[in-house]
Amino acid sequence: MLTKKAKLRIFLLSIVLVLSAAIIFLTLKSLRENLVYFLSPSEIHESKDISFEKKIRIGGLVKEDSIKKKGTSINFIITDLKNEIFVSYKGLVPNLFSENKGVVAEGKLSDKKYFIADKILAKHDENYMPPEVSDALEKSNY
Amino acid sequence: MFKNFFPNQILLLKNKTINNLIFFLILIFIIGIIYSIFLSPPDYIQGDSVRIMYVHVPSSFIALICFGSIGVMSIINFIFKIKFLPLIAKSLAPAGFIFTLISIVTGSLWGKPTWGVWWVWDARLTSMFILLIFYLAYIFSWIFIKDFSKANKISSIIAIIGLFNLPIIKFSVNWWNTLHQPSSITLTSSPTIHYSMMIPLLLMFCAMTIYLLIIFLMKYKTEVMKIKINKKNNYK
Repeated sequence: MLTKKAKLRIFLLSIVLVLSAAIIFLTLKSLRENLVYFLSPSEIHESKDISFEKKIRIGGLVKEDSIKKKGTSINFIITDLKNEIFVSYKGLVPNLFSENKGVVAEGKLSDKKYFIADKILAKHDENYMPPEVSDALEKSNY
Repeated sequence: MFKNFFPNQILLLKNKTINNLIFFLILIFIIGIIYSIFLSPPDYIQGDSVRIMYVHVPSSFIALICFGSIGVMSIINFIFKIKFLPLIAKSLAPAGFIFTLISIVTGSLWGKPTWGVWWVWDARLTSMFILLIFYLAYIFSWIFIKDFSKANKISSIIAIIGLFNLPIIKFSVNWWNTLHQPSSITLTSSPTIHYSMMIPLLLMFCAMTIYLLIIFLMKYKTEVMKIKINKKNNYK
């Protein structure tokens, strides 16, 4: 059914496609550090050459009962349930910023456990439901 | 069914068919909008801003499917040299581009009230931006290269390279830390969107698919007509 020419073209194309897939895969793998939007507290904890000068982003969950507001400044803890980092920030936070929800903070580390943020972003998850359903779910958990 | 897409068949396409499709589009779109804005509930965290999802998610999905089809058709055409496939691929591109743009704009409008920013260069948003550039490059290569076979070659190369970007878009939220949330609708598990929110989502998806079909059919017919006219002029 296939002509010789078509077979040759399939052969050529598959070689090119496999090669490019391999190249793209390797490039993405080596670029991983630049492709992640934020680091988790554990990644900060484990890394040896973390910069205290450069702006970085850390992300995770806002720990329960950790938000402390004082005027316009706000302190809280970002956790990935293994490691934690204290964050201090001055300014407005997005509406969705709350305890037990995702957050991304942009700023500088002052040491491995303490982060001074100049921007707070809220990260939300993939669950969407009406308030009544969420209430019902919460009730059934207790 | 496949035969309906043959170039001579598309010329038989009547305005009446298009008008009927437009009627369906308006009907489903109105029901979809009413559901999206009035009948569906607000989200438990996001409130009313979740309604942007009903435009954002279907248009992103269609943008990806559209480019995927263009890429696959380019591959098949490269191997088997089927003359009308490039015309079909070419006709899908403008609508696909528009849906990519809608996805990015609505995503940005959604980002501000939820994340707190209009735009970030995380892996999902960046790869979606790259898709927009691939669409532009594909469309421009058809516009600016006058010779058909040359334009076909170059646009096919662009589409086939762009094909690699699609899994990157799809899985970017799983492979890397992104600000964008992971997919709610996956093949492997049940959707994490409540069914009352799935109804407007599916309605809007249907409306947008019909829109895509209308634009595609009209564009494809025009392209085939252009070829026929060119041929006639060459014989004179």
